[in-house]
Amino acid sequence: MSGSRVSRRQLLTGGVAAVVGGVTGGAAVAAVGRSDPPAPPPTEVGKAVVPFYGPHQAGVATEPQAYASFVAFTLADGIDQEAVIRMLRLLTDDAARLTQGEPALADTEPELAVDPARLTVTFGFGPGFFDAAGVPERRPASVADLPAFPSIDRLQPQWCGGDLLLQICADDPITVAHAQRMLIKDARPFGTVRWVQQGFRNSPGVKKPGQTQRNLMGQLDGTTNPVPGTPEFDAAVWVNDGPPWLRHSTTLVLRRIRMELETWDQLGRWEKEMVVGRRLDTGAPLTGTAEHDAPDFDATDDHGLPVISHASHLRRAHVADPRMQILRRPYNYDGPTDPAGRPDSGLIFASYQADVARQFLPVQHRLAELDLLNEWTTPIGSAVFAIPPGCEEGGWIGEQLFR
Amino acid sequence: MRLPRIHLPVHLTLVTALLVGAGACASTDTGSDTESVTTESVVTVQDPWVKATEEDMTAVFGTLVNTGDHEVTVTGASSPVAPVVEIHEVVMSGGAMAMQEKADGITIPAGGSHLLEPGGDHLMLMELTQPIHPGDEVSITLTFADGTTLEFQAVAKPFAGGEETYHPHEGEH
Repeated sequence: MSGSRVSRRQLLTGGVAAVVGGVTGGAAVAAVGRSDPPAPPPTEVGKAVVPFYGPHQAGVATEPQAYASFVAFTLADGIDQEAVIRMLRLLTDDAARLTQGEPALADTEPELAVDPARLTVTFGFGPGFFDAAGVPERRPASVADLPAFPSIDRLQPQWCGGDLLLQICADDPITVAHAQRMLIKDARPFGTVRWVQQGFRNSPGVKKPGQTQRNLMGQLDGTTNPVPGTPEFDAAVWVNDGPPWLRHSTTLVLRRIRMELETWDQLGRWEKEMVVGRRLDTGAPLTGTAEHDAPDFDATDDHGLPVISHASHLRRAHVADPRMQILRRPYNYDGPTDPAGRPDSGLIFASYQADVARQFLPVQHRLAELDLLNEWTTPIGSAVFAIPPGCEEGGWIGEQLFR
Repeated sequence: MRLPRIHLPVHLTLVTALLVGAGACASTDTGSDTESVTTESVVTVQDPWVKATEEDMTAVFGTLVNTGDHEVTVTGASSPVAPVVEIHEVVMSGGAMAMQEKADGITIPAGGSHLLEPGGDHLMLMELTQPIHPGDEVSITLTFADGTTLEFQAVAKPFAGGEETYHPHEGEH
């Protein structure tokens, strides 16, 4: 880099800015002060608390936090019902304290617990959990490994399965890291860590709550989600009847979906919109103008071809009955690139539904059969968990299974 | 089936305890409420826990809180899982941390608290009759100078710290 080039750059950018700043700095600062919206109090995000106790576990209907760590465990041989109960009581106590901004018992870093930042810890029970816990007959029938989808799956064992899941979400990554460390310390006498999947969404304050996030392919992702607090959400997500260990429960299908961004880059913008059936900018269906416009699958173009392709993701994933929808609460992942700069990016696709077999599998079968998007998305991990009901203060997650 | 929960940071607990103590004083004419208030009724153990272990010794931690208006002294402790329970303190000895029995027991000031923590004062359970598994609840009984007692449950936590105080003379660590 030559000296003249540096001076040229200084002249064109920093140098001029410095001169302007020197002359009018005071006025500029004052103008910025007038025109900027008031900044939120700095501790508002950090001190926000999501209740831990209640009929449902937090972290499902909760407005998605910015950061998530999904930690799956393999229970050790010899872990029986008595040990499972000890484990659940320890972990529940940790979660109940940490989510409220209090250190866990024996917390070696209590100062890291003071900003919960909407921390939630959500427990999931994999198929093997029910055997270890001595209640195999209480496993929901659809909480089992998904059937193979050989046309799309390229599953890697290090991202699959798990007996116990701890889904740790907060609006601050240090809070997530501390909670993860504390919970793993208390869980590991009972098993080993099978996998950890860490993901992110927009930081707090970047988008309005409830606004659809974009995934790393640039698409608005999650447009047709059921809305918490509506009868449709309650019908689609929660198990609302049955025995106590199922009532107020849900299920989670966690798929790690790699994005083939290198080949996605080769598409033009119009092609990308055709693949999905939605506009990239607004997220509107190709037959509409706004994100939440209902798609018109019958609309045809001048050549008589459907505007929304028969093979588009939107059409293939569409579920007409709101009670049959799934709740998508995905997180992006973005690992280190390879030496050539090729990304390791994708989606930690978290889907919650009352019944995997009734709601998730039909959609997954349709997509595996035909979906243009399959060319640029590859499932590399898959796990299924029961998300048991919540508990009251003094209780513990999973207690209903043992009564 | 609930674990003990702390609802206030320790320093706030201390303030609250002081206020409660002051209130008790103000509401009695003579201040002679020790006749009607026994030691065990004014002392609580907040957030008690015990280090899980497969060995024959372990330690109990927590915060002893005295809401009364007189100081109280813990002179001893017992547990069904350990025939010997001692009150220990950790001192610097020859440049290393070592633990020793705290001969005079633990005195908790009126309206004050006393922390039992790794690297500090603790209750030592010795000659354990069984392993203490993570998540176990261990019953502990404190004995006060006036002969009264207080039983509480300590939950067993996996914990790496405090290990140097376990075998100070064996050179294992």
